[in-house]
Amino acid sequence: MARKIPEINAGSMADIAFLLLIFFLVTTTMDVDSGIVRRLPPPPDPTVPPPDIKERNIFNVLVNKSDRLFADGKWGDISTLRADAKEFLLNPQNREDLPEKKMETIKYLGEYPVSKGVISLKNDRGTSYDMYIQVQNELAAAVNELRDDLSKQKFGVKFSELTNKDYIEAIQKAIPVSISEAEPEDIGGKK
Amino acid sequence: MARFKKEKSGELPALNTSSMPDIIFMLLFFFMVTTTMREVTLKVRTRVPQATEVQKLEKKALVSFIYIGPPAQTQLYGTESRIQLNDSFRTVNDIAEFIYLEREARDEADRQLLTTSLKVDKEVKMGIVTDVKQELRKVGAFKINYSTAKKSAKKVE
Repeated sequence: MARKIPEINAGSMADIAFLLLIFFLVTTTMDVDSGIVRRLPPPPDPTVPPPDIKERNIFNVLVNKSDRLFADGKWGDISTLRADAKEFLLNPQNREDLPEKKMETIKYLGEYPVSKGVISLKNDRGTSYDMYIQVQNELAAAVNELRDDLSKQKFGVKFSELTNKDYIEAIQKAIPVSISEAEPEDIGGKK
Repeated sequence: MARFKKEKSGELPALNTSSMPDIIFMLLFFFMVTTTMREVTLKVRTRVPQATEVQKLEKKALVSFIYIGPPAQTQLYGTESRIQLNDSFRTVNDIAEFIYLEREARDEADRQLLTTSLKVDKEVKMGIVTDVKQELRKVGAFKINYSTAKKSAKKVE
């Protein structure tokens, strides 16, 4: 006794699906969020005195309110900052005025001279964010290039292309990201 | 021979389009799944600076955003840089509460992995950014990410 149900016309289904498809196509934002990842230091403990670091182990980068760069005692430029930072961290000729190194045994690398150098970054309240990012970027690039070089030398591929977690850890230990930001101070006045 | 001839002759058969909806639906579902709707309306302008050494932000669910920039409606709010948390303008003092609420919204196991992404306009002065960073340090949100766009060509040295 079942009555025959008339077939539903599905011809317009494609049109409806198209409509929805176009809606999602238009609203989709495919942008991947990316950026420079940093770790902030915990707040300073007033009971613990700041660690004593030798003059030769610090690379001072200062940026003033008109975005001028003062790197390690002389006026610098953003274009040379990367090379300067690399030389500081690597100290290829073991110069007296560049940081000391400490021999450390690292798995997969053996004895490796780890630099004790610290890059200290200090900016004014009036520095533009763009300049700050450029400086951070150049310093990050210096560290990344050093890591790439070491990785190529030891494992044959760039650091960014390493997949073995142990290798990545070994390189990270050999060349740490030693960028510290000074406690903020108002040096250049407001704006 | 005659049989073959018979098949060759005749009009072009109509193209079968009955599977078209299926294909379109497949595409539709792909876009539906990949779409992330922006849940905040930006009240500040954030044209982020460009950099070469960028890393992708993974685990988007574990990222909370802080927007800093000049207000989009300058005739209403002026040109002084403002901080936007969720949907409204806030001050530096509200950041601690914001981070606390963001943590509450996540699983307990994930709270340590929470990253704060700073979307800051390039013309903003560092003063306000430094204040925000100090505030983040106080509440223990140490993992931060300076949102930047990828520079396509490598800078000539």
